[in-house]
Amino acid sequence: MTLDEILASLFPAGHQVAVDADGLISGEGPLPDGGKALVTGVANGAPLGIEGAAKLAGAALAAIASGHKGPLVVLVDSDSQRMSRRDELLGLSEYLAHLAKSLILADMSGIHTIGLLYGHTAAGAFIATALATRTLVALPGAHPEVMDLPSMSRVTKLSIDVLREKAKSTPVFAPGLENLAKTGAVLETFDPARSLAAQLSELLQRKTAAGDDRDLIGKERGGRPKAYDITREIERLAAADA
Amino acid sequence: MSALLNEHPADVSWYEASARARIAGLLDPHSFAEFIGPAARESSPHLDIFDLPKQFDDGLVAGRGTLAGEPVLIAAQEGRFMGGAFGEVHGAKLTGLLRAAHASGGRINTVLIAFDTGGVRLQEANAGELAIAEIMRAMLEFRAGGGKVIGLIGGRAGCYGGGGLISGCCSGLAVSEEGRISVSGPEVIETNKGVEEFDSKDRALVWRTMGGKHRRLIGVAQQFADDTVASFRAAALSLVAKAPLFNLAAMDKEQARLERRLQRFGACKDATEIWAALGANDPKAIPEMNADDFIALADQIAENSDDAR
Repeated sequence: MTLDEILASLFPAGHQVAVDADGLISGEGPLPDGGKALVTGVANGAPLGIEGAAKLAGAALAAIASGHKGPLVVLVDSDSQRMSRRDELLGLSEYLAHLAKSLILADMSGIHTIGLLYGHTAAGAFIATALATRTLVALPGAHPEVMDLPSMSRVTKLSIDVLREKAKSTPVFAPGLENLAKTGAVLETFDPARSLAAQLSELLQRKTAAGDDRDLIGKERGGRPKAYDITREIERLAAADA
Repeated sequence: MSALLNEHPADVSWYEASARARIAGLLDPHSFAEFIGPAARESSPHLDIFDLPKQFDDGLVAGRGTLAGEPVLIAAQEGRFMGGAFGEVHGAKLTGLLRAAHASGGRINTVLIAFDTGGVRLQEANAGELAIAEIMRAMLEFRAGGGKVIGLIGGRAGCYGGGGLISGCCSGLAVSEEGRISVSGPEVIETNKGVEEFDSKDRALVWRTMGGKHRRLIGVAQQFADDTVASFRAAALSLVAKAPLFNLAAMDKEQARLERRLQRFGACKDATEIWAALGANDPKAIPEMNADDFIALADQIAENSDDAR
């Protein structure tokens, strides 16, 4: 689905959502219950650099300050973090962390943050946006990746064909929505043939886990066999008397 | 006999030390107890398919101890195993440590993290990427309840990729000259954007763009440590004392701090221009400056980020 189609299906009564020249999304749209959803994110496969991260973080913090209690939808079709000498010189790690922190603080402040992955995303941009939301859903055709197979081939010194073959038996390193979903990163995939407004509404009404349960989902789906148990074991050991 | 064997744990070079040696010198003597140590043989379930050697602690040492008598939890990455990269087990240990601190009901107020990482471990990229997101959330939940997380950066792998993002969520950061903090590494930028954008073989460029002195001067880190374990311990104690709560006030201040950096330094082409704009009389001398002189300079001119993180 294109961004326009997504926005039309999310907000059938119309919306005020705009995309700027850098691919940054901002605005809001009405919800069926009379409330509103705030919208932010990255479009057009744009890379996320220091200015973009600061702008999106500012919008999330403004939402908290305004007392907004509805959802904040983070739409993502991005490149990776912007790779440049200038971004790193000025401290890109802090800008991306600040964006993730602002989204997580919004969630802690009673704003249900929902990531909607509808295109590409990768690496640091993925962590700072979609993976910093409480609930991450996707649309078919979304293709998140940590690193592309050609780059992975260079680093691991294995051919792309060999990597493709290995990817069939383990989802843990291969790019793609299905593989990420198996690790627990993506809760579910929306049906593009149905109203996105209805599916968003169902998602908002569903009782969600109190904490971060992505490790448990990853165990149940078989994408991360150890993470949940290791985490729980450390918690148990740390809680025992010294 | 090697003189190293007789050296006090606190006097050894942080850069040269192993993850376990860093912990031994950071914490009060003999106070460390490891969780899921090498004897438990919890190694990566994913490296076999790449025919790569595993390590029984998966490159992350986690446990409890005391720092100046206070109970703390601590994690240290081993940069010599797969570049300290985040895999499934490696990351889950740190997530568990932060959740345990949060669940301790105030019994544990501090978590120390000795970073030494190139970022996500590519052979288990999806698990590593998600682990980083889980660590960040667990860390911020702990901090929102009053917990303090202190990051220490000065190892051979630096603190790159997702490690850089996690470090940006800490209450306080200490860095040594050898510590580098960034998202994309020099080689990654050169491979993707060309040598004109970033010449990764120009080591002086790498150090002044990503190295500890520059990160201290622009406020990414609030403490500069000399390259000894003792110096990092002193820095950690000082950061614990001034760690800010994670809340809207701190985030508003961080927003203002980062916007101001864009306004003041956004047109600078090189770190030396930023250092001059900050007020350094002789910016070109900074890379050669010894630790004591640099700390004195930084105390005068560095950006302050103590309550804005």
